[in-house]
Amino acid sequence: MKRVYVNENWCLGCRLCEYHCAFAESRQKDMARALRGVKINPAIRIEANNGISFAVSCRHCKQPLCVKACITGALHITNGIITADKARCVGCYTCILSCPFGAISQNETGVIQKCELCTASHGSPACVKGCPNNALVYEERE
Amino acid sequence: MEYVIIGNSAAAIGAVEGIRSVDKKGTITLVSNEPYHTYSRPLISYLLQEKVTEDAMKYRPDTFYTENACRLIFASAVQIDAKKKRVLLDNGQELPYGKLLTATGSSASVVPFAGLQSVKNAFTFMGLDDAKALRAALKPDCRVLIVGAGLIGLKCAEGIVKLAGSVTVVEVADRILSAVLDGEGAKKVQAHIESKGVSFMLSAKIERFEETRAFLSDGRQIEFDVLVTATGVKPNVDLLKGIARINKGILINEKSQTSATDIYAAGDCTECVDVSSGESKIMALLPNAYMQGECAGLNMAGVDTAFTQAIPMNAAGFFGLHIISAGTYCGEVYTCAEKDYKKLFYSRDKLNGYILIGNVEKAGIYTSLIRGATPLSSIDFNLVCRHPSLMAFTKTERAAKLGGEK
Repeated sequence: MKRVYVNENWCLGCRLCEYHCAFAESRQKDMARALRGVKINPAIRIEANNGISFAVSCRHCKQPLCVKACITGALHITNGIITADKARCVGCYTCILSCPFGAISQNETGVIQKCELCTASHGSPACVKGCPNNALVYEERE
Repeated sequence: MEYVIIGNSAAAIGAVEGIRSVDKKGTITLVSNEPYHTYSRPLISYLLQEKVTEDAMKYRPDTFYTENACRLIFASAVQIDAKKKRVLLDNGQELPYGKLLTATGSSASVVPFAGLQSVKNAFTFMGLDDAKALRAALKPDCRVLIVGAGLIGLKCAEGIVKLAGSVTVVEVADRILSAVLDGEGAKKVQAHIESKGVSFMLSAKIERFEETRAFLSDGRQIEFDVLVTATGVKPNVDLLKGIARINKGILINEKSQTSATDIYAAGDCTECVDVSSGESKIMALLPNAYMQGECAGLNMAGVDTAFTQAIPMNAAGFFGLHIISAGTYCGEVYTCAEKDYKKLFYSRDKLNGYILIGNVEKAGIYTSLIRGATPLSSIDFNLVCRHPSLMAFTKTERAAKLGGEK
C-alpha cells in the first residue's frame, strides 16, 4: 500500500505540508481565502529542533494500536487506510494514549482527527503534493 | 474447527477478528448473557449524558456477525465440560468446541455493607441494563449517593449530574481515582469535578445503610434517594473453577492460553503480566481486552502469536478535563505542574509510568517507551520529558519510524 514517507534530510521546516493539510481539510477552493486568519490544526505536524525538522502524520500501521484500543469502534481500517468515523468518536483519547508516533490529535469539537491520506477527498495526500523539496513522498515501500 | 467464545464484548470481538484474519471456514459461536449486539460498555455514561444513542453504542457495525460468519446465542454458559469439550448453556443447549475462549468479563464487586438490602433504589454501573435502570430511577430533584470514586463511580457522576438534584461521592480512600492518579493529580481533578456540581466525601467509611440513609464510621449521616455502588469489579472466573488455574483472575500466558487444554481466556476475567512492573495482575481495560482476545483468536486458529505488552493504562475525561496515564508510578519523578499536569516516573534507565492531566498531546510516545522498555539513555530524555516527540529518538530510529527504513 502507498504511504507517506518522510526524509528529514530534505525537510526545510517550511510547514507548507501543514498548510496544505489544513486547506485540503477545509474543502475550499482558494487556499489564501480558506486559511486567512485561521489558526490551523492540521493532521500532519512538523517537529523542529536544533536545525532538524520533519513532518509526522499517521503511519497507517499494519497492526494499528489505535484501532485495537478504540473503545467505540470509531477507528477502523478501510483498504489499509486507518479511518476515523468522527460521528462515533466520543473524544476519550484512548487512541492518543496508544499511538506511538503521536500522530492522532484533537479537533476543534473535541473528537479526534488524523491523516487519512486525502484519498477520499483529493485522490492523494495534499501534504505530499505541497512539499516543495520532496521531503515527503507517497509511494509503496514494503 | 469449531470455535466457541463465551462473551460478546471487546475480548470476544478481538478473538473473532483474530480468528477470521486467518481462518475463514471454521464455525464461530458467541454466547452472550446480555441480549444485545456487541456494544461498548464504557459508553454507558455517555448514554446517560445523551452524547450517544443506544444504537451508536454498537462496538461493531450491524453487519459484523454476518460478515464474520458468526452465530450469536443469547444465553448464559453454566458449565464447561473440559473432558467432553462441551459448554452447557442455561437454555439446555450443549455446544461442542474444538477451541474455547472464555471472555466472561467482570462484574460489580459490591462491598457487603450492613443494611444494603434495605435500600430500595440501589444500582451498580457496569452494563447497559444498569444504565437503563439507573436512568429510570433518576428524577430532577433526587439525591444520588455514589459509593466509590474510581473511574466507574466518577463516570457515573458525570453521566447523571444533570439528571439529578445532587450527586455526592463517598470514597474510603483519601483521594479520588486512587488506581489512576497520584495525590496531587487527584486533587486537581477533584477540584474540577466539584466545580461542575459533584460533592465529595473522602476518607469516609460507610458503616451501614438504613433505607435512604448511610451511616459513616465517624458518625456522619447522608440522606439519599438513589444509591450507586461502584466499589470495584471482580473477574468472572467461576466457569473455569476446577478446570484451569485461577489466582484473582484466570491465569493466562502470553498466548492467552489458560492452564487447561484448548481453553483460552481474555479480557477482564484474566490476569497476566504487567510489563511495566513485572507483576501478574488484573488489568480490566478495553484495549488490553481486545488485544488479548485477538491474540487468543490467532492462537486458537493455529497462528503462534504472543501479546506481551499489557500495561495498566487509562484515557478518561471528566467534564472536559482529560487524563491519560499508563504504567507504574515508581522511581524518580519528572514533574511539570504548571497549567497542565505532568508526571513521569522512571528508574534503571526505563520509563515506568506517567500521568498527564489537561494537555494529553502525543501521550502515546510515552506509552511506547514503557511498552518497549526503551533504554532512556538511547533517547534524548530531557527533550522527551518536556515534549513527547519523535525528535528525541536517534536519527536512525526516526528514519525507521517515518521512512519505513530498517
